[in-house]
Amino acid sequence: MNTAISTAAPASQQLTSALLYLDGVSVSFDGFKAIRGLSLTIEPGEMRAIIGPNGAGKTTMMDIITGKTRPDTGTVLFAGSIDLTKLDEAAIANLGIGRKFQKPTVFDFHSIEDNILLALKANRSVGRTLFWKTANADARRIDEILGIIKLGDARERLAGSLSHGQKQWLEIGMLLAQDPKLLLVDEPAAGMTDGETAETAVLLKEIARDHSVIVVEHDMGFIRELGVKVTVLHEGSVLAEGPLDLVSANERVVEVYLGR
Amino acid sequence: MIARFLLQNMDRRGAVFLALVAAIMLLVPLSNLLLPPSSVFHVPTSAMSLWGKYLCFALLAISLDLVWGYCGILSLGHGAFFALGGYAMGMYLMRQIGSRGVYGNPILPDFMVFLNWKELPWYWYGFDSFLFAMLMVLLVPGLLAFVFGWFAFRSRVTGVYLSIITQALTYALLLAFFRNDMGFGGNNGLTDFKDILGFSVQAQTTRAALFAITCLMLMAGFLIARGIVVSKLGKVVIAIRDAESRTRFLGYRVDRFKLFVFTVSACMAGVAGALYVPQVGIINPSEFAPANSIETVIWVAIGGRGTLVGAALGAVVVNYAKTIFTSGFMAPYWLFALGGLFVFVTLFMPKGILGAVQGWSAGRGRRGREPAATAPAAAE
Ligand SMILES: Nc1ncnc2c1ncn2[C@@H]1O[C@H](COP(=O)(O)OP(=O)(O)O)[C@@H](O)[C@H]1O
Ligand SMILES: [Mg+2]
Repeated sequence: MNTAISTAAPASQQLTSALLYLDGVSVSFDGFKAIRGLSLTIEPGEMRAIIGPNGAGKTTMMDIITGKTRPDTGTVLFAGSIDLTKLDEAAIANLGIGRKFQKPTVFDFHSIEDNILLALKANRSVGRTLFWKTANADARRIDEILGIIKLGDARERLAGSLSHGQKQWLEIGMLLAQDPKLLLVDEPAAGMTDGETAETAVLLKEIARDHSVIVVEHDMGFIRELGVKVTVLHEGSVLAEGPLDLVSANERVVEVYLGR
Repeated sequence: MIARFLLQNMDRRGAVFLALVAAIMLLVPLSNLLLPPSSVFHVPTSAMSLWGKYLCFALLAISLDLVWGYCGILSLGHGAFFALGGYAMGMYLMRQIGSRGVYGNPILPDFMVFLNWKELPWYWYGFDSFLFAMLMVLLVPGLLAFVFGWFAFRSRVTGVYLSIITQALTYALLLAFFRNDMGFGGNNGLTDFKDILGFSVQAQTTRAALFAITCLMLMAGFLIARGIVVSKLGKVVIAIRDAESRTRFLGYRVDRFKLFVFTVSACMAGVAGALYVPQVGIINPSEFAPANSIETVIWVAIGGRGTLVGAALGAVVVNYAKTIFTSGFMAPYWLFALGGLFVFVTLFMPKGILGAVQGWSAGRGRRGREPAATAPAAAE
């Protein structure tokens, strides 16, 4: 079997060093091109901010990466060789891609603690889940995450009773529990007070130390706070890319987005 | 490990339910067998069998609650699994008649002789063995549910569409079992049973034993269903009910989890059907009637969806009411009464009878710790 390694199929070869590689991706809904020729590369360990006006295709891009939407054309590779367009949501999640939704989606009828437990990295098979017993290490990790998202005191409350901002944090906590390689965070600061927004930026920077992160956000202050490379999406493709100051000085960007 | 699984996080409600069923299991048969008919505490055999029937419905209701209350799969075809379990038991009971049938054929049931059949169809083989028949009680509904669920859940059929195809499933089986050439007794079904495991099905002692076994199976069914819903798998299943696609993005294969609870539930419904048949003495295609499956949904809704205990309670209460109602001059209005009750409970007791009772006894202060006691009405 050892000799097989040298003759490994091309599919398993590293095609790119990028953690996430999108090239020429297009998708249309009933003839409307939501994404057109989108190309984007995220390096391992990188945090990237994505901005763009409403309807630019930011959420749709995340749908494509996480298997919710199949692109019509284009390449989507994870970890250099895994074709994400061939996999379904669960398989992609198990590869290590976690997602926080634009509209915070938590399990309203579960306690906060159970929301984290469900997200906690573990074998997801039916049998293992049926006979699951929370080990001490798992319990500690849950405590730790509850501490990070500042919901430790509310752990037994139903998630449905949380405020919008708290739900956002719970969802970030669930992402942490999944311990993915790549986090897709869709508008984490939406509906937050200025104070909460600032705290969220700190939290995300903390997370970005040992994870790759893509953050979609409208709040310019928030993006500035993150201080990372910015990609501007417009009508389904990349309009500009670079440091925030450079991008916001770009005439086209000002025209379509910042200057509206 | 099994005991730990079944008894993990036993709450007071579950314990009360188990104690109640255990008490009924002992007291009813004992009073029937030991007390003289003149005693006020004597339970007549007919009443015992009637209550045995209610308890079979309670088990059916628990099985439905497992998929509907916890996983959001509104099956309008659970009567089919119940009926298939019943037919498997009926086939065993038919084979036990032997040469005591009207035509005296040692192998063929009367209806086959009547149809001029010369040989036992292959799918009747083995049903002379009790063990084999009991295996089929689990396997036939389980396998049907598995195959059906495999296709339905993988293609992500949900909500109303799923409900409609489950209804179509039971309707198709109704039509099939009506046909004489299917070999299940057609319109008349299977009846005139004589023995079960060598004991006369009519004997008072047999009836008492059947009643006790029904109680035992109800407890077992409850323990299994409860074990499932309080496990982490149960939490996943509730998550699927409330936010299916979110669960997928966490890496759970939703179709497999649905398939698991659906299949377990179908097996449980099959057992309920198998216990029902010797106690009522007949199984015919009307058990597949779509209306039966819908009634089961109503029992669960009335008793309290997503509570298991409530489902059992609803089945007993509604069927007891039905017996009272349909034995008097009001009989023609039963369906209106049932419909009215359903509307009343939906409007004024959204958590069913159990929810209302618990609400009154616990006051308003305590919010439910039961994960599913608060199943959202809008989950469908
Ligand atoms: N499933 C869908 N069906 C039809 N149109 C869609 C669908 N998803 C997104 N769109 C359209 O695609 C465009 C991009 O949407 P979206 O990705 O949500 O934008 P953003 O997140 O950047 O605000 C919008 O015009 C939206 O209406
Ligand atoms: Mg969006």
